Amino acid sequence: MGTPDSAPSAPLLRGLTRRRFLGGVLGLGSAAALSACSTPGLEKYGLDARAATDLSSGQKVVNWSNWPEYVDVNDKTQRHPSLDQFKKATGITVRYTEDVTDNDVIFAKLKPALAAGRDTGRDLVVVTDWMIERMIRLTWAQEIDHGNIPNLKNLEPTLLNVSFDKGRKFSIPWQSGFTGVAYNPKATDGVKVTSVDQLLHDKRLKGKVTLLTELRDTVGLTMLAMGKDPSDFQESEFYDAIDVLRDAKAAGQIQGFTGNEYGQGLAAGDIAACMAWTGDVVQLQADNPHLGYVLPKAGHMLWSDNFFIPNQAAHKTNAEKLINWYYQPKIAAEVEDYVNYIPTVVGVQDILVKEDPDVAKNPLIFPDAKVRSTSHVFQGVSAQQDTEFNRAFQALIGG
Amino acid sequence: MSAIGSLGGAGGRTKTAPDRPEKRRLTPYWLLVPGMAWLLIFFVVPMVFLGSQSLQTGSFEDGTKLTWNFSIYWETLRGYWPHYARSIGFAALATIAALLIGYPLAYMIAHKSGRWKNILLVLVIAPFFTSFLIRTLAWKTILSSGGPVVWFFQQTHLTDLLQWLHLTDKDTLLATPFAVIAGLTYNFLPFMVLPLYASLDRLDHRLLEAAGDLYSRPFTAFRRVTLPLSMPGVVAGTLLTFIPAAGDYINSVLLGNTRSTMIGQVIDGQFLRVLDYPQAATMSFILLIIILAIVMTYVRRSGTEELV
Repeated sequence: MGTPDSAPSAPLLRGLTRRRFLGGVLGLGSAAALSACSTPGLEKYGLDARAATDLSSGQKVVNWSNWPEYVDVNDKTQRHPSLDQFKKATGITVRYTEDVTDNDVIFAKLKPALAAGRDTGRDLVVVTDWMIERMIRLTWAQEIDHGNIPNLKNLEPTLLNVSFDKGRKFSIPWQSGFTGVAYNPKATDGVKVTSVDQLLHDKRLKGKVTLLTELRDTVGLTMLAMGKDPSDFQESEFYDAIDVLRDAKAAGQIQGFTGNEYGQGLAAGDIAACMAWTGDVVQLQADNPHLGYVLPKAGHMLWSDNFFIPNQAAHKTNAEKLINWYYQPKIAAEVEDYVNYIPTVVGVQDILVKEDPDVAKNPLIFPDAKVRSTSHVFQGVSAQQDTEFNRAFQALIGG
Repeated sequence: MSAIGSLGGAGGRTKTAPDRPEKRRLTPYWLLVPGMAWLLIFFVVPMVFLGSQSLQTGSFEDGTKLTWNFSIYWETLRGYWPHYARSIGFAALATIAALLIGYPLAYMIAHKSGRWKNILLVLVIAPFFTSFLIRTLAWKTILSSGGPVVWFFQQTHLTDLLQWLHLTDKDTLLATPFAVIAGLTYNFLPFMVLPLYASLDRLDHRLLEAAGDLYSRPFTAFRRVTLPLSMPGVVAGTLLTFIPAAGDYINSVLLGNTRSTMIGQVIDGQFLRVLDYPQAATMSFILLIIILAIVMTYVRRSGTEELV
């Protein structure tokens, strides 16, 4: 820098010391502080206030946000046949985006627009049960007109009256799946892993176990292993399960908490055993037939990912037509043959028996009544529990 | 960052005859306006919001109010000091590793590479052509059990050394603190190499010849000529590596285990999943203060004040 007494720059340097500069900046900052004293709560929208003018008849499009690899793909053309057929049948173009990679992340993306009562640019979004519950609670989901979805009669009956959305007024299931236990016999030295108890306590698996970052899967399975029912529990039982998980973590049993990315580690043997989702494992087993998958005797978790129509979506009728399209057993079977989760549409199995018997016979895709009887859906939670449970679970994951 | 700001700093000396003094006195302030506005909008305002948010209480759904809840700072420090310590420690180790790898590399590119210089520089930046996430995921495959890297480490008993240093806890590399530090080192290495290269490239060869003429051995010439002259590059490189590394969480999420959690990961969870914005803001603010304190001390000690 220039020497302090070199004439022309001196006034600046003398007049504006670092301290004065910072002082000025802080002064201006405190003006901003006055406007930042509080963050307003979320406005509630009545049923009428949620809808926008429906542009469906004029604009033959629908914007659908879904999870990656969650619809049929033609391996050669990389196109989605069921969407192309929909366009042919109805003239409606589907703008299909695979931008839902995580329930919390898509929530963060949708939140600014929905909280402000604006259009999110999406007409259909697929999220998991508990996020639907939150969307309904926040009044951010539009009521679905069942009149536009006559095929809803094909809905799997057990999914109609769920705790968070009786009669499915705001959400329609897209796919279901189980959460159970997967293991790689090569990494366990041939030991079979059959229970969550073993995951958390078997010393032979120490440091090679992963659980899921989805609270309901990890805590739900742990509760079942403790003999509690995750679909009907007291708060204290939730925290008991957290304690069991914390002890297992403190003992070095658990390598980490993951989303879908456990697949690679499990196949490579870096993960010996983990909590895992059915559809993932079915797809993994295609390349790694030795991988084992078990639905624990103590019970397993059942979840669904569901369509919902966000507030102010501009193409609501088109969105409902798309849902109706996928509730035809024939179309649902096309999707199922590719994604390998559990269909929510009745009649898919009968079609696949002829077209792809291997898939039709797979008990992880078409579970029988006996398996279904040990499925559990995590109970509904209040706004306060939503926060408190999340806090306890995040403290477990990151603590 | 501020290192760039200093480039224009020395240019204020002009030889114009003194005209009206008041006007001349105000000119520098007018010239400062765009910079100040930038700083105000993109630094001060967000910082004030963050500070204010950290002192609010309430919930995401019902809104939060400023209650000057200072106790949250103490509680956060008490509950999460291991995460802060770990973040700083990992970042420091990664910075040292990046310096040890980056210095010879930058020296070679600047002085020994001849006509390959430009290609080598492009290669240093090449990893940026793919996403940060993909590059980090690639390390999962590289360090995977049964892979050649693990085999090499086992054969050379480096795994035992790492275990002794508590950087791994088994005969594996993935899902250990070692993997996190390796990932950080790799991801931020270009930020170390480029400033080092810039300062080494300017080095005047005649100074080294002069040192040789005065009977200094090559090592002494390096220690007394090259190293001191490259110190601005070292300081800039270490800062550009250390600061983002301390706040990073991708590496600890993908390559670490449950006992190598860094503070960025905790902040991510509080902000994104618990939706506890005051808690997340407090954690971010504390991290900011810690990094600022470390950087200030470091820059003062290293005697290159023009960087801040």
